[in-house]
Amino acid sequence: MTAPARKIAVLGATSAIAEACARAWAMQGASLFLAGRRADELAAVAQDLRVRGASEVAVWAGDLADPLRHADLLAELGAPDVVLLAWGTLTDQAKAEADPPYAARELATNFTAPAALLLAIAPRLAERRAGVIAVITSVAGDRGRQSNFVYGAAKGGLQRFLEGLRHRLHPSGVAVLDIRPGFVKTPMTAHLPRTGPLWAEPARVAEDIVRAVERRRAVLYTPWFWRWILLVVRTLPRPLFHRSRL
Amino acid sequence: MTTAGPRQDRLAWGRAHRFAHSLTRPRGLAEARAALREGPRPVLALGCGRSYGDSCLNADGLLIETGGLDRFIAFDPSTGLLEAEAGVRLADVLATVCRPDADGSAWFPPVTPGTRWVSLGGALANDVHGKNHHRFGSFGRHVPRFTLLRGDGELLVCSARENEDLYRATIGGLGLTGLILSLRLQLRRVPGLMLVAEDIRFDGLDEFYALAAASEAGWEYTVAWIDCLARGRSLGRGIFSRANHVPGPVGETAPLANRLAVPLAPPFSPLNRLSLRLFNGLYFRKLGRKRRARRLTAYAPSLYPLDAIGNWNRLYGRRGFYQYQCVLPPENARDAVAELLGAIAAAGEGSFLSVLKTMGHARSPGLLSFPMPGTTLALDFPNRGASTLALLDWLDAITLAAGGRLYPAKDGRMSAKTFAAGYPELPRFRRSVDPAFSSSFWRRAAPAADPPAPAPSAPIPALEHS
Repeated sequence: MTAPARKIAVLGATSAIAEACARAWAMQGASLFLAGRRADELAAVAQDLRVRGASEVAVWAGDLADPLRHADLLAELGAPDVVLLAWGTLTDQAKAEADPPYAARELATNFTAPAALLLAIAPRLAERRAGVIAVITSVAGDRGRQSNFVYGAAKGGLQRFLEGLRHRLHPSGVAVLDIRPGFVKTPMTAHLPRTGPLWAEPARVAEDIVRAVERRRAVLYTPWFWRWILLVVRTLPRPLFHRSRL
Repeated sequence: MTTAGPRQDRLAWGRAHRFAHSLTRPRGLAEARAALREGPRPVLALGCGRSYGDSCLNADGLLIETGGLDRFIAFDPSTGLLEAEAGVRLADVLATVCRPDADGSAWFPPVTPGTRWVSLGGALANDVHGKNHHRFGSFGRHVPRFTLLRGDGELLVCSARENEDLYRATIGGLGLTGLILSLRLQLRRVPGLMLVAEDIRFDGLDEFYALAAASEAGWEYTVAWIDCLARGRSLGRGIFSRANHVPGPVGETAPLANRLAVPLAPPFSPLNRLSLRLFNGLYFRKLGRKRRARRLTAYAPSLYPLDAIGNWNRLYGRRGFYQYQCVLPPENARDAVAELLGAIAAAGEGSFLSVLKTMGHARSPGLLSFPMPGTTLALDFPNRGASTLALLDWLDAITLAAGGRLYPAKDGRMSAKTFAAGYPELPRFRRSVDPAFSSSFWRRAAPAADPPAPAPSAPIPALEHS
């Protein structure tokens, strides 16, 4: 008498935010498909999600940033009800300016590869006329700033891409969610001094994401206050903006 | 996972000690090994930081936060055997594994302390007990096996058969034998998640003991609140609570978040002598004219009443508070409790929450395990500096004279003499302490004044250190 388990694909499943989301979905009894680079980490995450109540957990190990590997992934992926795309690397801006090939690789990981994979996945959901595509971008994509515009450009590009994809998929009933987290205490940010009220725990951000997927929201700032911080950052007049160290 | 510079923002639950620490938060074995290899010394694991004093702190050393070691490993619903990393919290176990079947029955932690915001590793390292100690003993009795990462990077499996010395030293070993990475916990089957709970007023300690004796056979959870401000004829009055799981109705699972929380420590604590008197007087009257009340309740409000308010410890203000918990052997318990209550009332200090519970005879494998047969008394005292510490020293004298001991997880000030007197296995425990590990509590309450374990070939006479 129970409904069939919801199929959820988590791409970049060992990222702290993605794992926290997967835990919440596992507790709801979802059937999960996990993709990530490290097989041993994925196996540990899968074990954990089974104990938490996932009805099924499948795993694909490979480099998601390499579009040549996507065909292999797509063959195993099937047609999920929800896709969470969560991989990304925090680009070192100074290194990117000194080493443009590094910047190109970062742009590929954070923009080109996600965009290519989403183009392949979108028709599968559109065909079934249902589902949610949720993608973690960043508040860094909202305005190009001197301190991290290589990362910001990739994430900002992804935001534009999702805007268009949402427009395209709207008639077919597929929702596209652009998730813009602020500072989150994850391994990706472990090298930064992480004190102060702006820093959030991954579980807190995951709670927002799971709710936004349920509600088929278009854009999510998480935690909520980043929406207002970014409103200020985006609308700051250029003469003032140029004098800031943002 | 990186070690940041020294920081002072990690406080124990009592908030009375402020130390600088380096912090690191490894995920998985490889990162934990790297933290031990590269980080500063000495090292101590920190779970949820619910120990009250300095047993979970390590001034000027490294704290390995176990919050990143929070994955479940396996659960067998046919046997109730759970395996999980040490940073998994009891709240996670309750919310995920302890969900009811269609008939309402469920797997449940065999032993749970008064808060579900503790890590499994912390529960093992402090060999915690709960309101069902008279039935189930302490937490460590239900952990048949765990893995321990030693300071030199060696990973050991510990059980009653493998590495038995370390098994017995680590249960209740305050994190001093190495980093507990994962453990197996044998859950128990309960007929339902709802409890039938009774509150019964008592007017003195003899009545308390009569109620406890009458309840132990038929009730799984027993505990009493006592009005520690009552004096003279009312001395030892309070409310005895007992509860059992009831079969049938599908009870509510405890939520993974607090609805209410105290956002910050106020500059002046609202918990002063006046509010203390008001609270204790009102609480005693909560049953009204009835002597007894019975109700059906979800388990969380009954087992975890204080979890309803997140960070309630901040109500004690900037200076924090001390908790005092002792256990007294049966033959002296009644008189010693009376003497302790008399001393507190005479000092005019008083405690917001005073908890009294009889402990059972189930023995823990742990060498430094706190629980023993008798009665345990737990009290909270706002930190008023020297006067508070003087009162606590007085209480120590009463406890020691009665043959009792103090709970290191609650302590932030006992002397080395008091600690050694309460824990006869301390010399044996010392041999299992990992040289890379230490804590502020350990350096204070068990300084290596006595010579290190003597080499068997050449016994050296003990030297007196001044």
